[in-house]
Amino acid sequence: MTRSRLAPATTLTLVALGLASGLIAARQPGGYTAVTDARLLNPEPHNWLMYRRTYDGWGYSPLDQITTQNVGDLRPIWSFSTGVREGHESPPIVNDGRMFVSTPQNQVLALDAATGDLLWRYVRELPEDLQQLHPTNRGVALYGDRVFIGTVDTHVVALDAETGDVVWDQPVEDHATGYYITMAPLVADGKVMVGTSGGELGIRAFVAALDADTGREVWKTHTVPAPDEPGNDTWPGESWRTGGASVWVTATYDPDLNQTYWGTGNPGPWIGDMRPGDNLYTNSVLALDAGTGEIKGYHQYHHNGSWDWDEIDAPLLIDIERDGRTIPALVHPGRNGYLWLLERQADGIEFVDAHRYVYQNAFTAIDRQTGRPSYDLEHTPGTGRPAVFCPSLSGGKNWPPAAFNPNTRLLYIPANENLCTSMEGREVEYTPGRTFTGARSELRLRDGADHIGELQAWNLDTGEQVWSREFASQNWGPVLTTGGGLVLAGGTNDRFFRAFDASTGDQLWEIRTNSGVIGVPSSYAVDGRQYIAVQSGWGVDAQRMQTGLDRFRGERTHIPQGGVVWVFALPD
Amino acid sequence: MVLRGAVSLSLALPLRAGAVSLSLALPLRASAQEPDPAQRRPQQHDRFVFALGSRAGEVVAPDDVVLGEPQLFAYPMDPTTTVVRDGSRLNQVMLVRLDPADLTDETLARAADGIVAYSGVCSHTGCDVTEWLSGPRMLLCPCHDSEFDPADAARVDIGPAPRRLAALPLGIEDGALVAAGSFVGRVGAAEQ
Repeated sequence: MTRSRLAPATTLTLVALGLASGLIAARQPGGYTAVTDARLLNPEPHNWLMYRRTYDGWGYSPLDQITTQNVGDLRPIWSFSTGVREGHESPPIVNDGRMFVSTPQNQVLALDAATGDLLWRYVRELPEDLQQLHPTNRGVALYGDRVFIGTVDTHVVALDAETGDVVWDQPVEDHATGYYITMAPLVADGKVMVGTSGGELGIRAFVAALDADTGREVWKTHTVPAPDEPGNDTWPGESWRTGGASVWVTATYDPDLNQTYWGTGNPGPWIGDMRPGDNLYTNSVLALDAGTGEIKGYHQYHHNGSWDWDEIDAPLLIDIERDGRTIPALVHPGRNGYLWLLERQADGIEFVDAHRYVYQNAFTAIDRQTGRPSYDLEHTPGTGRPAVFCPSLSGGKNWPPAAFNPNTRLLYIPANENLCTSMEGREVEYTPGRTFTGARSELRLRDGADHIGELQAWNLDTGEQVWSREFASQNWGPVLTTGGGLVLAGGTNDRFFRAFDASTGDQLWEIRTNSGVIGVPSSYAVDGRQYIAVQSGWGVDAQRMQTGLDRFRGERTHIPQGGVVWVFALPD
Repeated sequence: MVLRGAVSLSLALPLRAGAVSLSLALPLRASAQEPDPAQRRPQQHDRFVFALGSRAGEVVAPDDVVLGEPQLFAYPMDPTTTVVRDGSRLNQVMLVRLDPADLTDETLARAADGIVAYSGVCSHTGCDVTEWLSGPRMLLCPCHDSEFDPADAARVDIGPAPRRLAALPLGIEDGALVAAGSFVGRVGAAEQ
């Protein structure tokens, strides 16, 4: 290697960059609206600035041009093929007419939200030796004039929102040791926060907050305590080092308390008898101070887990009425099959109530004071001791987010019923970066099952289910609800994306897309016209469940892959 | 609109940034002359050492690969320098012993005394193919449940994997299990 050999390439590159700069100057479409703290706290109705649009995690757009009366006229306005296979799970995020959407393999597309014109595209060259248990990305975050993405090779990258230029690219951990990032970052309190995946690979997960300007780490809080921290005594010996508690869905945020609420995954290895103890803070919600990362409180949904029920979905922040009292609640439809209602406080989290929303046979009771479940050992797998439990390891509900509509005051849960898992533990040796589940499992369908997928609506004030739609297919559809009284979701293997009446559950519209819709839908408006946007692109866990069902039934089901951004509106 | 699209493409600076690293990387790679032997894919005459477990690093003898047992993970080793090629997880090899009567002609031609070898990295998203289904004698990737038939060139039996696993021809030289060539087929994930 010599400098002179490198020089020609460098010179050519500079020429190319210089040319590009001139073109950029010619293509400035009216300037980019910077994303401020104030706008994130109170977004304009026509924008969708973060994963669930607002910090409370509702997935609610107040736009009401598209209604229960006219949604039947909804039609595609434009589409954009991403050219990427696998699970397209991220929401189209929109800031004043510019859409930012991520794909598997950590590409980011910047599109004109009204026309579908490509503004720029970020393509990441991933390491050739990377293993991707979850080949997906769940979205970007916006702040200032930048777009942030967490990557499967465990970096956080800041892109210039105007050009797609890399502003900084910060490694957060080493992907070779099993860490990766799939979640959309949370921007709060001026920081870019990400959690780390890898619970099947023997990691000890954490949440990291990076300075938005520089990418420098501001704080880092592990979700499994070290020996000098409270809670380490819930882990035998050195087991905390590989304890998992991964974090792979964007947190919600209470700006008044300045607390972020993160769901955590299951312990590693999967089988509870390999690590006797409660295993804090696995399968929990953790309240982290946005400024310091300090753990301000937690609630563990289930201790010493043995079912792979990651409780990673962040709780929605909803004020609920109970016994004449308004409770600032954390609402979590759990993978363990229970809908959890907790109260958020300045110095902790209190249990309020729990309602079973799918068939569940592993818990025998839930303590009415603490929310702590008791277990049925017959349905708890052990090392060398197989057990069948329901719901399946994918849970009553997995990562696809539920939505809350403040007008109907209903919570909409994408659920899977009638599935169970047969699992047996076996001894496992830790090797960095290799599978560390210590378990083998198979999916099962309950006898007499007439459907799997459900879309359930719950009244949280009464604790009762109001309506439920059933689907023959599994349902992996994130939910959008709107001021027009609609609930929109896909999620089934028949490629449909559907609109329902938010009050009654009646189906009002559907369209058959290119692939299965497991993307988070969003809604926005440009020049007074309301749009609904979603990615269709089947893969990842929905596909894995299909393989499991096919194996159980002795069938082969082909669901086409390949991502497309779909945008719908009413006719002009 | 077409013009606008063309302009947009030339604006794709991150793509150009990728080209920068490529143009820098090529001279570097060329100037290194010899790649790190620990990172090289398996070579003809390479022996194998256990990749995992209590015998990690020990040479694998033919008798260590037992009929009916799950796949054995190994790394190739240069027989002259004894350099173990564990510099990339893409070099890991799975060894399985099957009844030669069960092997397809293609697989039998690459087998040595009933032992077959495949890349241990799944062709779908690059996970380690760690599971063994003893009944149907299938290799199973735990990430997305793709099954591969070791008796039939690691053909995909079920699951999302788009292609079979890369195969490694085997031989026995002076009683030692060796690679009889290099990988046949593509190693690693389909898309990334």
